[in-house]
Amino acid sequence: MKFGIVTFPGSNGDYDAYQSAVEALHEDAVFLWHKDHDLQGSDVVILPGGFSYGDYLRAGAIARFSPIMQEVVQHAKRGGPVIGICNGFQIACEAGLLPGALLRNASLKFVCAPIGLRVENAATMFTSRYEAGQRILLPIAHGDGRYSADTETLDRLEGEGQVVFRYAPDPLEAQEAYNPNGSMRDIAGIINDAGNVLGLMPHPERAVDPLLGPADGLPLLESILQRVAA
Amino acid sequence: MSRYRVAVQVVPRRGLLDPQGKAVADALHTLGFGGVAEVHVGRHLVLEIDAKDENAARQQTREMCEKLLANPVTEDFEIAEVSSR
Repeated sequence: MKFGIVTFPGSNGDYDAYQSAVEALHEDAVFLWHKDHDLQGSDVVILPGGFSYGDYLRAGAIARFSPIMQEVVQHAKRGGPVIGICNGFQIACEAGLLPGALLRNASLKFVCAPIGLRVENAATMFTSRYEAGQRILLPIAHGDGRYSADTETLDRLEGEGQVVFRYAPDPLEAQEAYNPNGSMRDIAGIINDAGNVLGLMPHPERAVDPLLGPADGLPLLESILQRVAA
Repeated sequence: MSRYRVAVQVVPRRGLLDPQGKAVADALHTLGFGGVAEVHVGRHLVLEIDAKDENAARQQTREMCEKLLANPVTEDFEIAEVSSR
């Protein structure tokens, strides 16, 4: 299986994504430059974290118009898997691949920390190696992660099981500030109607090696491998 | 063709949490401006556009706002001023 990792000017999670695919999953990966018009046969596209185009105007607003994004949108329309991580989630929303938008953290602070999540839907192509309701720990590092959408969209996402990850308190300790950015309904990650585009603020690709801490991101990559290779 | 100077204001949609606006309001209160009820922080863009008339310049700007300059999910825009140069 081949991962295509898009590099925008200002991306900084592209190498992490590459390493996770190649070192942790032992699969192929290729970097796709934002000016390219070709996905080079990638089975799965990753829109990585970072600050594409300096977050000018709005996070993700300009990256959305890169030549490569036109190919990524076509890939998604054909049912090809796409994962938008952090800035990639923002880009996917701006590109209309996912509903809603990501706004400045309610605290106005950039938050860089491991954060507790609950897997809300373990029946997606990205989460089949988790248990529904499982609590996992993934790192976050963002200043614009407050997921927002109108009430109708939020109800639909919840009703259709499209809320995949939610910020969740540690059941063993009373935690008031478990939602790091004030996102609506504690949403950390969502999937599109067709189930092939995932966007999430946490970084699964930075949690794949037990030597470096919890490896709770690995099952996400393994889920895709299982589905795409099958 | 004439050149028009178009000013656009993009502001967070009313009712959405605007932490930046709130932080600025809090600071103004600290400075003694107790009469400030609310602050909304947005963007002010100034475009120089070559168009056949003012209406065309306005129409193009509207399209730019809908496609790029404002996020239809979370922001409202207003064309504040169109003047010929």
